Amino acid sequence: MLAKRIIPCLDVKDGQTVKGVQFENLIFAGDAVALGTRYAQEGADELCFLDITATQEKRKTLSTLVKRIAKHVDIPFTVGGGISSLDDISAVLEAGADKITINSAAVHNPDLIAEAAARFGSQCIVLAIDAKMEKNEWYVYTHGGKKRSPYKLFSWAKEMQERGAGEILFTAMNQDGMKNGFALEATDKLAKMLHIPVIASGGAGKLSHFEDLFIKTSAEAGLAASIFHFNEIPIPTLKAHLKTKNIAIR
Amino acid sequence: MLFTPTALFLIFLCIFVISLIHYQHQNISLLIAIIKYNAGNVQSVQYALERLGASAVLTNDWDTIAAADRVIFPGVGHAGSAMPYLKNLDLHLKIPTLKQPFLGICLGMQLLCQHSEEGDTPCLGIFDTKVKKFENQKGSDFKIPHMGWNAIVPEKIPLFEGIQPKDYVYFVHSYYAEIAVETVAQSHHILNFSAALAKDNFMATQFHPEKSAAIGNRILQNFIQNY
Repeated sequence: MLAKRIIPCLDVKDGQTVKGVQFENLIFAGDAVALGTRYAQEGADELCFLDITATQEKRKTLSTLVKRIAKHVDIPFTVGGGISSLDDISAVLEAGADKITINSAAVHNPDLIAEAAARFGSQCIVLAIDAKMEKNEWYVYTHGGKKRSPYKLFSWAKEMQERGAGEILFTAMNQDGMKNGFALEATDKLAKMLHIPVIASGGAGKLSHFEDLFIKTSAEAGLAASIFHFNEIPIPTLKAHLKTKNIAIR
Repeated sequence: MLFTPTALFLIFLCIFVISLIHYQHQNISLLIAIIKYNAGNVQSVQYALERLGASAVLTNDWDTIAAADRVIFPGVGHAGSAMPYLKNLDLHLKIPTLKQPFLGICLGMQLLCQHSEEGDTPCLGIFDTKVKKFENQKGSDFKIPHMGWNAIVPEKIPLFEGIQPKDYVYFVHSYYAEIAVETVAQSHHILNFSAALAKDNFMATQFHPEKSAAIGNRILQNFIQNY
């Protein structure tokens, strides 16, 4: 039986881990590669690095970072942040990433997912969806949560699965950084509706939030950032807790 | 007198240096060839070996492969596009003649089987088993590809020294090798399948030891040291 995955997410700016609340007010939290290596040793099942550096030399700096991660980390890792073309994907995979994640670029050009899946295989294409609940509808947002798109969460996820996405990383923006728990209802609806894995993100603040995620929803993985970076919940403590609840955990 | 801090320090320093020399001797003196072909993510294997203190060359040059102490055949990709590439280099005829310890990983394992349903591709035929696509049975709702950490039940062979039943390793695949006499580790997803195969000097894992943290490192270390 596949184990449920715990995925620390590192937002990276100029090689440093940063964390904001609801995508704003960035705080620095240490060297990204060192932190990722530590998480791997502590039992993280996978790592997610989102590069938010905005420079002209973006692709080059990203490749350098990915290579450094690949040399040090002995678990799978996903890389995202501004990936918008097949060449971008190719550069990141060649540098050693196991998977890439695409967000805004898929909204602008939905064919990108299909082209990427055909060329590199669905297993390495993760579609990230930032969504916000407004008037009982979940709307898909782009540009780090700043721009609302015309798409709605469930139909968008389904369409992207059909085009070849291998996994969905669903971030509930209302929850992000609030530490009130994951968006359980929407996560479960997504996980039950899709035949590709769903990673839930946004809202983790306590051990019980992960327990709820894996008991009350069919999500395959839970992703969080600040609670791990500031050591509020050490990964070994979290995994030991989930094991006592009979959840399949490595 | 013997246990003054300085003496203790010197004793530990000696032990450290001796074990370091021993460790490096075991790993670095071996020539490991990683077969380079049109498959993805082969670099991860090289990095994993470097983390263990071993060094490996990524090559499709036959003389280098044939002269190596260990050969690793990794790969993420499509059987139907990998086989023509291997045939073009005559590797489909040459690989089965190798006598040194050989480790296939993921697609590398599947290509060592008789046949793969992926692109209806005849493969190298070292292992007497077939590669099939995971299909959900009626009413079952397993995710495909089988992606993530799953438990294995390994047999007691040198490759799995120190590995316990239910240790978790990392898998990413949509096709699986059926259980055969050469199966040396099983895992379960929809059905039981070969997580590892072995015959003579040929060993292979469906999972990725290079991405399987401490368990994977131990398996790679066993492959280097136990044969």
